[in-house]
Amino acid sequence: MKKVFTQTALAAAIAVGSAGFTTASAETELVIVSWGGAYTASQQGAYHDPYMAANPDIKIINDDSAAEGAAKLRAMAEAGNTTWDLLDAEAPSAIALCDEGLVDEINHDKDLAMAPDGTMASVDFGDSIISPCFIPQIAYSFAFGYRNDAFDTPPTAMSDVFDLEKFPGKRALEKRPDTNMEWALIADGVAPGDVYDVLDTEEGVKRAFAKLDTIKDQVVWWTKGAQPMQLLADGEVVFGTSYNGRLFEAIEVNKQPINMLWDAQILNLDGWVVPTNAPHKAEIMEYLKFATDTQRLADQSKFISYGPLRASSAALVGKHGELGIDMAPHMPTDPVNMKTAFAYDFEWWADHKDDLAERFEAWLISG
Amino acid sequence: MAKKMSQSNTSSEPLKTADGVSLKVSLNRALRRRKITALLLVTPLFLFILLTFLGPIFDMLLRSVDNKIIVQVLPKTVSQLAVWDASTGELPDEAVFKAFVEDAKIAAENKTISRVGKRLNYEKSGMSSLFRKTGRKLKKFDPDKLEISYTDLVLGYDKKWAKHETWWLIQRESGKYTSSYYYAAVDAQIGVDGVQRKPDDQRIYMKLLKRTMWLSSLITLLTIVLGYPIAYLLATLKTRTSNLLMILVLLPFWTSLLVRTSAWIALLQREGVVNDFLVTLGFIGDDGRLAMIHNQVGTVVAMTHILLPFMILPLFSVMKTISPTYVRAARSMGATSFTAFRRVYFPNTVAGIGAGGILVFILAIGYYITPALVGGTSGTLLSNFIAYHISTSLNWGLAAALGTILLMVVLVLYILYDKIVGIDNMKLG
Repeated sequence: MKKVFTQTALAAAIAVGSAGFTTASAETELVIVSWGGAYTASQQGAYHDPYMAANPDIKIINDDSAAEGAAKLRAMAEAGNTTWDLLDAEAPSAIALCDEGLVDEINHDKDLAMAPDGTMASVDFGDSIISPCFIPQIAYSFAFGYRNDAFDTPPTAMSDVFDLEKFPGKRALEKRPDTNMEWALIADGVAPGDVYDVLDTEEGVKRAFAKLDTIKDQVVWWTKGAQPMQLLADGEVVFGTSYNGRLFEAIEVNKQPINMLWDAQILNLDGWVVPTNAPHKAEIMEYLKFATDTQRLADQSKFISYGPLRASSAALVGKHGELGIDMAPHMPTDPVNMKTAFAYDFEWWADHKDDLAERFEAWLISG
Repeated sequence: MAKKMSQSNTSSEPLKTADGVSLKVSLNRALRRRKITALLLVTPLFLFILLTFLGPIFDMLLRSVDNKIIVQVLPKTVSQLAVWDASTGELPDEAVFKAFVEDAKIAAENKTISRVGKRLNYEKSGMSSLFRKTGRKLKKFDPDKLEISYTDLVLGYDKKWAKHETWWLIQRESGKYTSSYYYAAVDAQIGVDGVQRKPDDQRIYMKLLKRTMWLSSLITLLTIVLGYPIAYLLATLKTRTSNLLMILVLLPFWTSLLVRTSAWIALLQREGVVNDFLVTLGFIGDDGRLAMIHNQVGTVVAMTHILLPFMILPLFSVMKTISPTYVRAARSMGATSFTAFRRVYFPNTVAGIGAGGILVFILAIGYYITPALVGGTSGTLLSNFIAYHISTSLNWGLAAALGTILLMVVLVLYILYDKIVGIDNMKLG
């Protein structure tokens, strides 16, 4: 007993001593805000851990409040006390934050690493740089999953979701106008390339709502990402939209009786934005150069099925870290899955989201 | 003794304390000292409430009318537009366009121009991209090389600049304060010819407000109906048993809100426990499973359960103080048990019902997590939209206007309650 006590005391003394030592060596703590759960874990594995191993004086603190990121960042900026160094944001919210001047514009070629073959970052990332503030990381998509035990002939196209006769049962859709209105129009026969031109007109909006009307009483609207997977797993719904990464996890990791329906998947982007007046601007830019290079972006796909946005990373996508399965076919950016992929127009939604969100809600109530 | 007193009362000489100061002054001094001590004691609490409660509320009220951004970013344009007569239906003159180009160029360099766009986008969709686009082009524009008029320059950037409405909107929103958030919050819009209601398929907030009021009242009523017998049982049983029951009431109260909400999903869903049970018993067929979640039923059931302790606890503390002899006395004088309850016991508990009712109602109209998870479309409340505008759309002005309306409703109900029941009768414990 006494020996145990001495050992504990010794251990405690060492711990205290080393803690004192690390503080003395002026460690820099970078606060990085992301989505938590499997997603933060994938960033920890692919970016944070290797970076901290190479730079012992940097300590990265994860904050999981990206879902309220925009609101919190604005509150911090108004209070004049920004404590975040880096924020993970979806493309639309990155555009909004950039509009508000809450995040800094960056020079992609100067601030980010070149591809191994010398391609400039802005070329390597290509169209995914949707805002001068946005540092792209991954592409994810909204796609449908369906219960593979619910139908004799499985659905093959997104429009089957709108076919209640052949595919009866409830559908889980996210409670938001974007994605749903596009799907409704495509299912109604609008060519994918014309969707936003049609939505620009009053008749187009009405047409989208009319198509959604046909399945309205069979829809369960979800608001939190975990809901559709639970609904699918419980057999509450036969179709459900979700982020492809969550569907991957339910299908491959948790072995649920769910299949993926890649048709008309809607691609969205996720990336970093640097808050204006970030406390450690120089250090975080240093980190970004490392964390968004070709190898690091490819590494992330070992942990989660989201596609790296650098063209040069695509070839390096390998196998899942634990399951050992090939990740390429599970990526939204895989050529087979990309065939009918629909490109979400961020600019258009930045303009129309406020208006249509209200109309969408009014449409829901009028039910 | 009596003689001495009357003597001192009639004497013109004022009473003095031992140190020769008049008694009146001395008493006043002591009183003042005590008042200052009392004031100092409440100061921390007062400051706390001021900083964390009244301050934020006042800030929110201000936000719902605040409109500084446009006049800050486009000062010259605003002063030029002030003399423009919008009713002519013609575009403003060259001076306005020149002022706009000068303002907007500076704003584009300061990266503030898209904030104006975002602000005006709340009034009319399309403004956000218009300003962003114009800002991008103006950054590259060099005034020395201008060969056409400022008007043609701006009109060349985007055809929306040729619309009368765009300029009219900037003129309308050029004040430091605006009422447009409040109009939006009551489903109205300011058109060129005055204030109109929005088309029927775009009205939501008033419908949501009505629904929020109705569901909150229903939930309050249900908590009274369910909580009253439980509180009565708790107050009248032997202490040992009632303590045990009290734990049963408090245990869910201490459990995480999300856990309780998720538990209701597991119970009420189509393939859930309640439906399975009913199917097994043969009350309903397998294809006739009841829809009890993702609709109003789900919101009402889950919120009633979550808010029940807030009704039981005040009721319990009031009932605990009612002496059982009152009812016994009534019974001994010939009242039936119902009459004794109605005329003697119940009136004594009204204070508890009032306190619990106000507590539950006010909590219910502000709830948003539970309705978001179990409410589906028909069970969403106004607070869900406030949360949406705070955290997603960042339209804090509209969120503040909606919040202010909700606050006013609560205040009106509070005043009504005071008039009808009397706030002095409210007992929280």
